[in-house]
Amino acid sequence: MKKPIIEVKNLIAKYDETLVLDNIDVDIYPGEVTIILGGSGCGKTTLIKNILRLYQPIQGSIKIFGKETMGLSQESLEPVLKNIGMLFQNGALLNSISVFDNIAIPLEQHTKLPAQIIEKIIKVKLHLVQLEKATNLLPSELSGGMKKRAALARSIALDPQILFCDEPSAGLDPITSVKLDELILKLKEQLNMTIVVVTHELASIHRIADKIIFLEKGKKLFHGSLAEAKKSNIPEIVDFFQSGKF
Amino acid sequence: MSMNLKDKTLILSGELTRFSVPQLFKELKKLPKSEIREIDLDNVNKIDSAGVAFLDELMQSSKTLSPEITRANESVLKAINTFSSLKIPNSSPRQEPGFFERIGTALINFKTETVQGLFLTSDIIFWSVVAVFNRKSQKKGVITQQCLLIGADAVGIISLLSLILGLILALQSAAQLRQFGANIFVADLIAISMVREMGPMMTAIIVAGRSGSAIASEIATMQVAEEIDALKVMAINPLRYIVAPKFNAMTICMPLLVIISIVVGVIGGLLVGIFYLDLTIMAYFTELFSVLTTKDLIVGLSKSLFFAWVIVIIGAYYGFNVTGGSEGVGKATTRSVVASIFAVIVLDAIFSLIYML
Repeated sequence: MKKPIIEVKNLIAKYDETLVLDNIDVDIYPGEVTIILGGSGCGKTTLIKNILRLYQPIQGSIKIFGKETMGLSQESLEPVLKNIGMLFQNGALLNSISVFDNIAIPLEQHTKLPAQIIEKIIKVKLHLVQLEKATNLLPSELSGGMKKRAALARSIALDPQILFCDEPSAGLDPITSVKLDELILKLKEQLNMTIVVVTHELASIHRIADKIIFLEKGKKLFHGSLAEAKKSNIPEIVDFFQSGKF
Repeated sequence: MSMNLKDKTLILSGELTRFSVPQLFKELKKLPKSEIREIDLDNVNKIDSAGVAFLDELMQSSKTLSPEITRANESVLKAINTFSSLKIPNSSPRQEPGFFERIGTALINFKTETVQGLFLTSDIIFWSVVAVFNRKSQKKGVITQQCLLIGADAVGIISLLSLILGLILALQSAAQLRQFGANIFVADLIAISMVREMGPMMTAIIVAGRSGSAIASEIATMQVAEEIDALKVMAINPLRYIVAPKFNAMTICMPLLVIISIVVGVIGGLLVGIFYLDLTIMAYFTELFSVLTTKDLIVGLSKSLFFAWVIVIIGAYYGFNVTGGSEGVGKATTRSVVASIFAVIVLDAIFSLIYML
């Protein structure tokens, strides 16, 4: 029996006085692609950001790689974060430096790799996201989709064990979106990467999903395989698979 | 992780990852690379993109025949296939422009920017005049709100700096005037310098730093966030909606701030006159009013109006022409403050020449 790589128990989170995550229990297993689904404002991004401790939950337990991260200081959390990649919704690239330098940040900060090796890794990562020609450009010179791909290259620079993607396909053309899904599958199969994706794209879900977590108004409605989700009688999930998109 | 060279075969075993590559890279330098013909990865049980990059570097660095990977398990071969940089063609480097090309580009840019600046100036003046008579497209109370931000909020800092300036001017001259028994002339010096030069210029420099930067950063942020585009799509002229109220508020506030600056500066001089030069309040003000003319006041206040307009126009120009994201906003703000202060000083020099003629 595989042990979960991320274990969330009784997680409660609030924005001011508003409850946004209500007693969430989630187990995410290594080498799987887990999709977090739900309507706008249901707490999908909040859940990811709480797991990564970008937000401070009110109560609960979050274990990553078997280590309890609740109550850890930022310094103590760093070894855990070095094995995690995050693709933010708007890319979150540093605007003042080139795409190359953005991807170099984690490699230069967290490894002792020589410059030639770092250069080769960046070249490959940009090739994987089809951005070879954007190496020396500034983020402000990129389109929305290119920014997202550059940010994905940065998030996989260190071949993290866990990759979080917040709406990776949003703003991308269908061909790039398919290639992005293929890359996610490649990362899963070849590096045994655990990938957590927030998305609304039904086609993308069919291509990559192993497990589905469905949130509604801060509560977990469903957690299971894609096949189980499709057979579910829960009205919100039925609506989702019938309408195609939220 | 270990690495051995045996019969021209480099045998690697263990994990070939970002943690082991730095050490292997050092060890590789000690080996005779030209002798490596084959690479055996059969005992490598884990590899990541840093490991593949190490293998690529090894294969590329051989000056003679490139070594070949002879044995590797399937998962390692898959990773090599995904992360190898050898199959990616080298992108051609950006061509740097030559000396004459750069001069040409700079001249063309200067011409374009000048024309843009002149059009923007005429548009701002036009819409600001229109806004005085037709307030339909403005938010209610926007001029009052802008007057509070540009004028009322600046009264404190302008008063404090003008008081200090008055004190400094009076103290610097007092020692010299005392030697000749000409103490009373400190009032003349303060009156002329504060009304004609220091009052308007000091106020303009402070306003450029406070309000000019605020105008540039506000417009630049709106430009970056596509708010300006949104206004245009809604058929709202951004100059009329955003800049005109600031222009009109600045036109009202700047002369008032200059008057406050002059009055407080004169009080600063008076303090030195009373406590250091033994002058009476009556003597100080009698001398001050005897030397001041209406022309001096007109010169000082008319200058301040031009300073106000230049600060708004420059702030708007850099705000609308911002490029890039958050960093661009910072650059636009800095450039607008530097350009505004430079323009204020140059304008002051021009006015000095005009009034001398």
